[in-house]
Amino acid sequence: MTQPMRLSSGGRVDRTRRIEFRFDGQSFEGHPGDTLASALLANGVRLMGRSFKYHRPRGALTAGPEEPSALVELRLGARREPNTRATVAELFDGLEAKSQNRFPSLEFDIAAINSRLSRFLPAGFYYKTFMWPAAFWEKVYEPLIRRAAGLGRAAAEPDPDEYESMHAHCDVLVVGSGAAGLAAARAAAASGARVILAEQDFELGGGLLLDPAREAWRTEMVLTLAAMSDVKLLPRMTVVGFYEHNVLGAVERVGDHLAEPPPYKVRQRFWTIRAKQVVLATGATERLIAFPGNDKPGVMLASAAETYVRRFGVAPGSRAAFFVNNDWAYYAAFALKQAGIDVAAIVDVRAETAKAVAAHHLGIPLSLGCEIVDVQGGKSVRGVTVRKRDGSGVSSLECDLLCVSGGHDPAVHLASHTRAPLIWSRELAAFLPGKPVQAERSAGAARGVFGIAAAARDGAEAGAAAAEATGFKSAAGFALPAPDDAHHTSLEPFWEVRGPGMNGGKSFVDLQNDVTSADIRLAHQEGYEHVEHAKRYTTHTMATDQGKTGGIVGVAVLAAARGDSIEKVGLPTYRPYVTPVTWGAVAGREVGKHLVPTRRTPMHQWHLRRGGVFLETGLWLRPLYYTTTGETGWEPILREARAVRRAVGICDVSTLGKIDVQGPDAAVFLDRLYTNTFSTLPVGKARYGLMLREDGMVFDDGTTSRLGEQHYLMTTTTAKAAEVLEHMEYHAQVAWPELDAQFSTVTDQWVQMSVAGPRARDTLLNCVAGLDLSNSAFPFMAIGAGEVDGCPVRVFRVSFSGELAYEIATPAGYGERVWRAIIEAGAAFGILPYGLEALSLLRVEKGHVAGPELNGQTTARDLGMEKMLKKQGDYIGRVLAERPGLTDSRRPRLVGIRAVDPSFEKRLRGGAHLVASRDSIDSLGWVTSVTRSVELENWIGLAMLKRGPDDKGKRLYAAYPLKNETVEVEITSPHHIDPENARVRA
Amino acid sequence: MHRISCPFCGARDEIEFHYRGDATVLRPAPGAEAEVFYDYVYTRDNPMGWHIEWWHHVSGCRQWIKVLRNTATHEIKAVSKAQDKIEKPR
Amino acid sequence: MASGRYSAFRLLAEGLGGHRGWGRAWRDPAPKPAYDVVIIGGGGHGLASAYYLAKEHGIANVAVLERGAIGLGNTGRNTTIVRSNYLYPQNNRFYEKSLQLWEGLEQDLNFNVMMSQRGVLNLFHSDSQRDQYARRGNSMRLNGIDAELLDREQVRRLVPILDFDNARFPIYGGLLQKRGGTARHDAVAWGFARGADKYGVDIIQNCEVTSIRMTRGWVVGVETTRGYIAAKKIGIAVAGHTSHVASMAGLRLPVESHILQAFVSEGLKPLIDGVVTFGAGHFYMSQSDKGGLVFGGGLDGYNSYARRGNLPTVEHVWTEGVALIPALSRVRVLRQWAGVMDMTFDGSPLICKTPVEGLYLNGGWCYGGFKATPGSGWCFAHTIAKDAPHELNAAMTIERFRQGRTIDEKGAGPFPWLH
Repeated sequence: MTQPMRLSSGGRVDRTRRIEFRFDGQSFEGHPGDTLASALLANGVRLMGRSFKYHRPRGALTAGPEEPSALVELRLGARREPNTRATVAELFDGLEAKSQNRFPSLEFDIAAINSRLSRFLPAGFYYKTFMWPAAFWEKVYEPLIRRAAGLGRAAAEPDPDEYESMHAHCDVLVVGSGAAGLAAARAAAASGARVILAEQDFELGGGLLLDPAREAWRTEMVLTLAAMSDVKLLPRMTVVGFYEHNVLGAVERVGDHLAEPPPYKVRQRFWTIRAKQVVLATGATERLIAFPGNDKPGVMLASAAETYVRRFGVAPGSRAAFFVNNDWAYYAAFALKQAGIDVAAIVDVRAETAKAVAAHHLGIPLSLGCEIVDVQGGKSVRGVTVRKRDGSGVSSLECDLLCVSGGHDPAVHLASHTRAPLIWSRELAAFLPGKPVQAERSAGAARGVFGIAAAARDGAEAGAAAAEATGFKSAAGFALPAPDDAHHTSLEPFWEVRGPGMNGGKSFVDLQNDVTSADIRLAHQEGYEHVEHAKRYTTHTMATDQGKTGGIVGVAVLAAARGDSIEKVGLPTYRPYVTPVTWGAVAGREVGKHLVPTRRTPMHQWHLRRGGVFLETGLWLRPLYYTTTGETGWEPILREARAVRRAVGICDVSTLGKIDVQGPDAAVFLDRLYTNTFSTLPVGKARYGLMLREDGMVFDDGTTSRLGEQHYLMTTTTAKAAEVLEHMEYHAQVAWPELDAQFSTVTDQWVQMSVAGPRARDTLLNCVAGLDLSNSAFPFMAIGAGEVDGCPVRVFRVSFSGELAYEIATPAGYGERVWRAIIEAGAAFGILPYGLEALSLLRVEKGHVAGPELNGQTTARDLGMEKMLKKQGDYIGRVLAERPGLTDSRRPRLVGIRAVDPSFEKRLRGGAHLVASRDSIDSLGWVTSVTRSVELENWIGLAMLKRGPDDKGKRLYAAYPLKNETVEVEITSPHHIDPENARVRA
Repeated sequence: MHRISCPFCGARDEIEFHYRGDATVLRPAPGAEAEVFYDYVYTRDNPMGWHIEWWHHVSGCRQWIKVLRNTATHEIKAVSKAQDKIEKPR
Repeated sequence: MASGRYSAFRLLAEGLGGHRGWGRAWRDPAPKPAYDVVIIGGGGHGLASAYYLAKEHGIANVAVLERGAIGLGNTGRNTTIVRSNYLYPQNNRFYEKSLQLWEGLEQDLNFNVMMSQRGVLNLFHSDSQRDQYARRGNSMRLNGIDAELLDREQVRRLVPILDFDNARFPIYGGLLQKRGGTARHDAVAWGFARGADKYGVDIIQNCEVTSIRMTRGWVVGVETTRGYIAAKKIGIAVAGHTSHVASMAGLRLPVESHILQAFVSEGLKPLIDGVVTFGAGHFYMSQSDKGGLVFGGGLDGYNSYARRGNLPTVEHVWTEGVALIPALSRVRVLRQWAGVMDMTFDGSPLICKTPVEGLYLNGGWCYGGFKATPGSGWCFAHTIAKDAPHELNAAMTIERFRQGRTIDEKGAGPFPWLH
C-alpha cells in the first residue's frame, strides 16, 4: 500500500495527482502540494537524517524553514544541493533526495559510535586534546575531523542553472502572508500605497492554511490583493536581511519546485527592495523543551504535527502523546484527535487549566503537573516515561509520536537586523521586538499578538499606519475574520526537565549540532558564561537552523546555571540571513565571463581577425601580440618589435585615458595638478607630465597637448584613467572651486593609435592629408590636425617606443577605417601591428616607466624625474614629497639592468631582487620590468636599486629564490637605447 | 545599503558613489607648514557618531557632495553641495 | 577551582567522572587598586600582550580590562587566516615571528587553538601580477620565509575546483605559503586568557575604561566603570576603536574605522583544503574543520563603527566567489557578520610608544590583526617592558607617517579604505 500514513481526507494536497520521487534510492509517491517531509511521513518514513556530531538518527522536528534535523541532499550531479530542509522542499515529479552525513547508510551509520563515546566528547573537548604530538594535528587528527565533519556534499561541477537580480521600490513591504500579513497588505493597498507582499512558503496564508474554517476569508483576501494593480504578491520569497535605510534583501525561489527551471527561466532571483515602510508579519516559531530523548524520530513540535495533519493530510503517527506548557498546543492535539489519530495523553507541566478541561471533554487523557523524563525507541519513538513534577508517579506510555511545545518565539530576526531592541515578555516568556529604529513595525504573532482574528486586526492597523507614514490616507476597511475562540497564550515558562531520578540521557537544546543542556552547563562551569562564549564554546545555535527551535531553551539553561534572568543573559545577536541563501542567487548573471563588463576598442574585430591574443587588463581586452602562423613564445613579440625598430609598426593605444580640459583657468589647473608646468606650453605642442598624490608619491603620467589657449587634452595611463578623473574632480570642486576649468573624459570618444618606427613619417605622408609632417614643420612634440581617408584626425608627435613616432587620434566611429588606411599606407615599408608585449619591450629598451615602476611606492626622485618638480608654485604632493623618508638618499632609485650572459639562456624575471653576491640574502632592490631586447640581443630590464645610478657599471645578481635562479647583471642607465633621444627627433 | 540623496540627482544607492572620508579636513593654502599638510593627509578624528564626509557621485552627476552620516548607526541626516556648509548636531 | 592541565588522559578521566572536575578556564577577579601594567582591551592582542608580559618579562601584576566579554571584538569576528606572506621586511619579519609563535602555541598554552597549516594560495591573473607576487615571494624567501610560485597547472592540481575554463580573469598561477593556514579564533582568546591567568594576570570583564588619567605628561591610571585603577604603564589594544581610546590621552591618529564583512556557508564535506585568494578582485575563502566555507572580501568602504555589513559588498564578494569557483553557486550561505577595522593610512599596524610617557599603543591592524595576535602580544609586551620597541616592531610607529617612512604594501597611498 502506498502512503500508509496519508489520511483519508483533509489537507491541501491535490489527491487527484500522484508524484513519484526517490529517497535514498527507494521510490515513493506523494501529491502536488506536499513537501518532501510530508510525503516521506505519508509513506511512513521517519528517519530522514543524522545529526552532526553524534550521528544520531533524526526525523522532521518541524514543518517549516526552522527545521534542524531533516536535511537531505536534493537532486543529483551538478544540481546537487546539500543540507536542503525536507520540510520546505516542494515535491516534484522525479525528485531525488539522499540522506547525508552517514556511512554506509542512513539505517546503519558507523559514526553513530560517537553517541556511545559522547561522555568523552563534551562541549569544547577538542580544545583540550589533539595537542600531542604537535605534528599530528595537521597530519592525523585534523584530516579525520574534517572528513567526519560537514553535512552534505556540494556539487563538484558548475551550476547549470541561472539566476538574476531584481531591484524594486515600494511604499510598504509586508513580510509574511498569515492573517496579519494579508490584512496589512490589504489595508496599505486600499489606501493607494504600492505594496509588495513576500511569503517564504509556496502558498499564501501562513497559519490560515491550517484552518478550513478560515479558507473563505483567506481566498477572498488573496484574490482581492492579486487583482490590485499596485500590489505584488510574491510567494516562495524569503526576505533574508534587513539593511540600513530600509533596504531589504530577498530570495525568490522561481524554479526550485520543478525538476529543473524551464528554458530561459531562472532558478532563483535575488531582490533588493527599497521600502519606505516595512510591516513584519513573520509569525512565531514554536520551541522545544529539553528532556532526555527529545531528538528521536517521532518527536515533533506540536504545531508541526498539526500542520502535517491539517495542511498535508498526513498522520505523523498513529498514537500521539503531547508534552506541553501552554494552551496553544492543545489545538494541535484537538486537530489530531479530529483527524482520527489516537491521542494517548497530554502531559502538561501545569496544573488544571480551561484547555485541559476541554481536552478532557474530548476524551483525551491528561497528565497534569507532569513531565516526560525519557523517550523509548531508537530510530522511532515507541513510548515515553512520564512522572509528576515532584518526581513521583513514574509511569510509561506507549506512543509513536511525541508532540512537544515549549511556547512560541515571535520571529524577530528581521527586526533585530535593524538593531531594534528585544524586550522580554514575562507573559509569553519570549523576546518581542522593541521600539523600531528604522521605518518598520511588527504585526501579529511576530509581536506576540496570537490568534487569527487578533492578528488580522493587528495587521490591518499596522498596514494602515505604514501607508499613512508614507503619505497615504487610510481608506475604507474590509471584513476581518470573525473572532475566534481566542487562542489563549497562557503558558508557564518551562525549559528543561531536570531533577533526581533521570536516566542520564541527552537533553538537546540544539539538535543539529548535538548540543545538550549538560554542554551548556559545562560551558558555564568552565567560565564561558557570557551568552556568546557559551554559544561559541558549545556551538549552540551555530547550525544551519541558527537555533530557531532551541536557541532560547539553551539560553534559559545558561540563565539557570548563572542564576540570572533570561532577560539579563540575552540572546546571541541575530544576523543575516534569516534562512541560508543560495550563493548563486546573489551572484546573479555576473558569472563566468560576465563577472565584470568587457571593454573593447573600436579596432577589436580587426585585432581578432589578425590573430590577436588578448590580455585582460582591468575591464579592457588588449592584444598582447598577433600570430596566425603558430609562432610560439617570443617569436611574434620580437618580430613585431623589430618591425618598429627597423621599419614601422602600429599599435592600438585607445585604452589610454583622455581628458579634455577647457576654460580660462585650464592652464592654472593643470599647473597645480602636475609637478611640471603647462601654462607655458605653446598652443600646438605636447608635453610629458607627471602627477603626484598629495602624499608625494607618483600617481600617474602622460602627455598633455595644448589645443588652444584655453583648451588642453590630457592623456593618462590605461590603469589610472578613472582615478585621475576623480582626483581632478575632487580638486576642482573641493579644493579650488574658484578656478574656472571644465573637463570631461573623452576616452571612449576617441580612438588612438601609435605609428612608430623610422618609416613612421613615410607611412603617414602616404595617408595624412592637410598637415605638413616635415621635421621642421612638425617636430618632436608637435601636434596638429588633418585627415586620413576622409576622416578627421589629430596627430601628436610623441613616442613611447623611443622611435620616430606619432599618435593618431580619430573619433571612435572612424577608428577601424583610419587604422586600415594607415596599414595600407605603410604596407610598402613592411608595417606590422604590434601588441602590448612588443610595446612593453620597446619601452623597457628605451627606459620609459610604466605600471611596474609607477606602483604607488615610488617618488619622482626614485624614478630619476626630480627635474620635473617645479620650483615655483603650488602643486599636489609638493609639500609632503619633501618628507625626510621620501628624500632619503638610501631609497631605491631607477636603473637599467642587463644580463651579463648574452646567451638568452639565463633569463631575467620581473620580481627578482638585486643582491651583491650569489648567496647574499640582503635585498638591494628589485627588478620591475624585463624583456628580451631586439636591439642589444640580450635580456635587459629596469630595476629599483638602493644606490641607484651611483652603481652604474657595477655587477650584481638578480636573485629569484622562488625558482632558485641567480642571474648576474650589470647596472646600466635605464635608457638602454638612444639615451640622446636622437631617434624621436629624426 | 545606504541611500544617499544627491542634491543634484535625488536618492540613489550607495553603489553609485565613491567615498573619500572626512570632509572637515581641507587642502591647506599653498604656503602652509608641512605639519598642516600632514594633518590634512593623515590625521583624522574618526568619530563614533556624526561624521561629515565626502561622497562622489561617480555614476551620476560626478559631483562631490558632503554627507552628514552617523558612523554608529549609518543614519544620514543631511546632504549638501561641496561648497555648502553642514553643521554637526550637538 | 582552576582549570588544571588539559590532555587526552584528563578528558578520559573527566568523562568517567561526569566532567565535574573542570574548573574555570580563567578567574573572574575584582580589579585591584593598582597594577604595574594595565592593558585596555581583552581581545586576542591584549590577552597575548599580558601573557607575554608575564611569561617573557616576569611582569605579572597586570590587568586586562575588557568593556564586555573577552575575545568578542575582531578576535571573534575574523576569518581566522594565519600567514606571513608580506612584501616589506618590516612586515614579513614581524609576521614570520608571529607565525613561528603560532606553530608552538598549542604546546605553549596547553590549549588547542587548531592552528592548521594547510597553506595560503594567492592567485595571480596576469604576467605583471605574477611579477608583483614574485617580488613578494622572493622577499619572503630572502628573509627565510617559505614561499612557492605555482604555475597554472600546479594550481589546478592543488585546487581543481577553480574555474580554469571560462574565467573572465584566467588563472596564471599562484603564490603559495604552505606554512600559512587557519586557526580557531575563539580558542586563541581563551587560550591566551587561560595562559595569562595562570601567571596571575587579572582578566577583568565588564570593565570599560572611561578616561586615562595623566600627570605631567605621564599616565597614572584609568577611570573605569568599576572604579579608578592606578597603573605605572598602560597599553592600548582595542583595534577598531583605537581612535576613541587614544583620544582619551589627547592623541589624534592616522587611523579610520571601517567595516569588513565575513561570511560562512552551511557545513559541507571537504571542498577545499587551504586558503585561496582571488587576485583580480576581493575574495578569499577557506573551509573550517566544521565544514563551513569561511569567506570575505574588501571593506564596505566608509567610516563606520556599526558592525553591520551592507548589501552591495555582499553581492560583490559572492559574485567573485562564484567567478572563482563555479560549484559554489548551489551552496547556501548561512550567516554574515561584520567587524570594525582600524585602518591606517598605509595598511600597516602600529605597535609603539606614544607621545605620552607610559602609554603604549597597539592597533591599526587593518584587516590583518588575527594572524598577528601572538607576535603582536610578544612585541607589545617587549615594548612595554623595556620602554623601547623590539627590532621587529621598530618601524611600526605613528611617527612614520610624518617622516614619510610608510609601509605601504599595496602602494595605495593615504586612503585607508583602499588598503
